[in-house]
Amino acid sequence: MIFSLLGGLLIVAGLVFFFGAALGLLRFPDFYSRMHAAGKGDTLSSLLVVIGFALHELHDFSSFTHDWPTILVILKLSAIVVFIFLTSPTSTSALMDAGWEDGVEPVIEPGRPNVLRDDTEAR
Amino acid sequence: MDQRSPRNRLYTGLFFVGLFASWVAFSGLLDAFHLALGVVSCGIVTWLSADLLFDDRTQPLSWRIRQGWRLLGYVGWLLGQVVLANVFVFKLAIAGRRSLQPQIIRHRTTLQSDFEKFLFANSITLTPGTVTMKILGDDYFVHAIDDVSAAGLGGEMERRIARIFEPPGR
Repeated sequence: MIFSLLGGLLIVAGLVFFFGAALGLLRFPDFYSRMHAAGKGDTLSSLLVVIGFALHELHDFSSFTHDWPTILVILKLSAIVVFIFLTSPTSTSALMDAGWEDGVEPVIEPGRPNVLRDDTEAR
Repeated sequence: MDQRSPRNRLYTGLFFVGLFASWVAFSGLLDAFHLALGVVSCGIVTWLSADLLFDDRTQPLSWRIRQGWRLLGYVGWLLGQVVLANVFVFKLAIAGRRSLQPQIIRHRTTLQSDFEKFLFANSITLTPGTVTMKILGDDYFVHAIDDVSAAGLGGEMERRIARIFEPPGR
């Protein structure tokens, strides 16, 4: 019971952060700032939702010692968590790099640096 | 690298044990047939790719364990930063365009190994307001979404990463 409640709470928190990411995706001015919302929002929200699933699977404390199928499900869900945590930021960087190499112009605040462009011009 | 040094054999053994543990966890079937399949598959994978992980095998195992332990602590700290980053994005999304000062800045790192650099790049991406765009040698090109996050780049995070991997006794 307590685990189901906690799991539900985490899933709802994940959905709230997904909403924040979607809002940022719509409101930020260019590709690069939108990737901020998508990359960070994705990581935390997916983690929260998957951990929520894992907690929801646990019925009570005896699951830890007796309910082997549930333990296996939780191990698999934890593997998903680890892989999301490793790959999500990496793919965010890869997408931003690909965008720059492909000539997507960033919106830069007037007076702030864009060292990538300066380096290209110097070359 | 000396392929036949005893330490190398130790790492190969650990690699196999790790693989086999994941096999058992993911299959969940403990009969002789499936376990035998697991031994064969893990054996083949170990034989093909045991030297992919951990290129510096001169380090004693106790260092590795200590590093793994510190890495766990770091990941815990990083998770806190991820939560802060999401709250930050949420605030910016509600405040709208005027609260953003997008810019691309350079950060020169002192970190040496590939794994440290990978960890630092991912950490920059996960902490509030900054995303790594490109790494060329020691130079990180970072997209920062406002002035405050641009100014706060590196510093504590870089020190924490350096501390994970520093050899003992320093």
